[in-house]
Amino acid sequence: MASVILPSAPSESRPGRFGIYGGRYVPETLMAALLELEHEYELAKPDAVFQQELDGLLREFAGRPTPLYFAKRLTEELGGAKIYLKREDLLHTGAHKINNALGQGLLAKRMGKKRIIAETGAGQHGVATATVCALLGLECVIYMGDVDMERQELNVLRMRLLGAEVRGVSAGSKTLKDAISEAMRDWTTNVRTTHYLLGSALGAHPYPTMVRDFHRCISREMKQQILEKEGRLPDAVIACVGGGSNAIGAFYEFLQDRDVRLIGVEAGGRGTELGQHAARFQGGVPGVLQGTLSYILQDEDGQIAQTHSVSAGLDYASIGPEHAALHDSGRAEYVSQDDAATMDAVVKLARTEGILPALESAHAVAECMRIAGTFKPHDILVVNLSGRGDKDMGIIARELKL
Amino acid sequence: MSLDFRHKPGLVVYLTTGDPDVESTREIAIAAIDAGADVIELGVPFSDPLADGPVIQRASERAVARHTRMPDVLRVAKEIRAARVQAGLVIFTYLNPILRYGLSKFVDDAKAAGADGVLVTDLIVEEGGEYLAEMERAGLAPVFLAAPTSPDERLEAIATHSKGFVYAISRVGITGKQQSLTADAESLVGRIRRWSKLPVAVGFGISNAEHVARVGEFADAAVVGSAIVELIERSTPEAAPAAVARFIKCLRQPQAALTL
Ligand SMILES: Cc1ncc(COP(=O)(O)O)c(C=O)c1O
Repeated sequence: MASVILPSAPSESRPGRFGIYGGRYVPETLMAALLELEHEYELAKPDAVFQQELDGLLREFAGRPTPLYFAKRLTEELGGAKIYLKREDLLHTGAHKINNALGQGLLAKRMGKKRIIAETGAGQHGVATATVCALLGLECVIYMGDVDMERQELNVLRMRLLGAEVRGVSAGSKTLKDAISEAMRDWTTNVRTTHYLLGSALGAHPYPTMVRDFHRCISREMKQQILEKEGRLPDAVIACVGGGSNAIGAFYEFLQDRDVRLIGVEAGGRGTELGQHAARFQGGVPGVLQGTLSYILQDEDGQIAQTHSVSAGLDYASIGPEHAALHDSGRAEYVSQDDAATMDAVVKLARTEGILPALESAHAVAECMRIAGTFKPHDILVVNLSGRGDKDMGIIARELKL
Repeated sequence: MSLDFRHKPGLVVYLTTGDPDVESTREIAIAAIDAGADVIELGVPFSDPLADGPVIQRASERAVARHTRMPDVLRVAKEIRAARVQAGLVIFTYLNPILRYGLSKFVDDAKAAGADGVLVTDLIVEEGGEYLAEMERAGLAPVFLAAPTSPDERLEAIATHSKGFVYAISRVGITGKQQSLTADAESLVGRIRRWSKLPVAVGFGISNAEHVARVGEFADAAVVGSAIVELIERSTPEAAPAAVARFIKCLRQPQAALTL
């Protein structure tokens, strides 16, 4: 493991640290804003008015709670564990991202920030942010890599319709990582008036903790729903991991339930060499990128590696710091599924259940398909279906020659 | 071999190592020192320079594409030190290349190469415990950035932990040229002086003789980065050292700038 720079105080006791991971590695210009955000979030958390407004919007506007759906035909077909799908794909805007966008949008309003910026990969976070800005009457600028703008064009059009300005990013690999860097540059320049509505459990403290908290509702509902339906906890929860927001949201309330396996699925892309995938736990090394200390796909000089995944939302060189800690402690397991297995999973879920998953979420479905047969019929697997696949129809049609 | 500013105002020159190539970086640095630069900031190119504007982004991208590595930067530092004993030399970098190289080894090798200090763009004082201990051990000066947005208690911590000089960011933003200096710079320098007796250098956007003269009215030195990196971008490798030397001489003569 690379040597890492630790703060002088014992790291575990510091806010924003997950084991040795996390922290705040940013240009000094951003520190005042990060401290303000942390402070405001600490005030909002116990504030009943804030929580009521957020709960109300999650319920009435976004459509929570989402169903925990028993996938009967998929279960029969795979011939093993009972499979449940947590239907985040049914949320307004089509993915879990709206949970966090609503939370941070309300927080931005509390702070009096009228301009919102965000990065997006698959476009789902961009659409969720543009939606919340329209709802709350805030100015919205979305940064998106040129490659992603092309492969997730439907979401670009949705953002524009919603009144957001979408700025293409042509630097580096022209994907999520480059969009985050450009958003951070904008934030550094306009930090006095602007809130950066970061879309995953990434970045400098307080983002990984705050974004996780806004997605905790996923596992809170899951737990209650599975207890109602089955009278017991699942044997495993499976979620795809890009930056890690839907996965940490799906895992969090089960962390103390040691018998529940937590399985994160990274993008295996099209090969195991550096540059061909986005499986940070297969070849990644701890380091610092975009504000946080975590596993990073990088070369021996510390230059960040290019990544590849058929799904824009998983195509990122680093991973949320809490996942890095869960990986090292062994509490969660991380595996990868490649582009081809993901396509098979899209077809399987569409044709057995009539559900078209996002390519990101299909990685979790693929892992479920791989392991379901190794379980007994009374075992329970829950797959977090983080989003729906309409945005991916262009790619799917091309791959499957529809 | 120290971070002294012999000239009034002092000049700090930033160069992205490896743009256009490492040998040119050495020649440009030596020419800059001979033309009156007090301190050279030797930049380590990084694939994701999120605190930098388009000019330094492009330079980093070119240098990374040429496989400019940390050992190359340290070798250039050593050669500059051998050629010009008196100049100040600071390694300017993002954190990840240091982590990958190994913190202790980096600090030892930077010292051995003759560097005086290190500036890590994305390392704030609070996260710098182990780094500060290593820098102290090796006898290198940690230079921290202070921003117009930094509240007084942060400026105090920055001033307390910096050695050599404090780097005051001239405006709220990333690196890159600007038309005129904002009021941010002067008030920041005033606030830093309340906490520190160290010299204060002002950087980000300083791109002509007027800016340098203006900075000289309230600070000890001006840092010139993007303007020089862009000049190098527009020059051939052979012409770059002389072009940079001419530019630096002009920076100290406000009236000459008009004819540039
Ligand atoms: C549907 C869907 N799932 C998952 C992700 C990956 O992000 P995260 O790992 O933060 O959940 C994205 C990101 O764009 C997404 O759109």
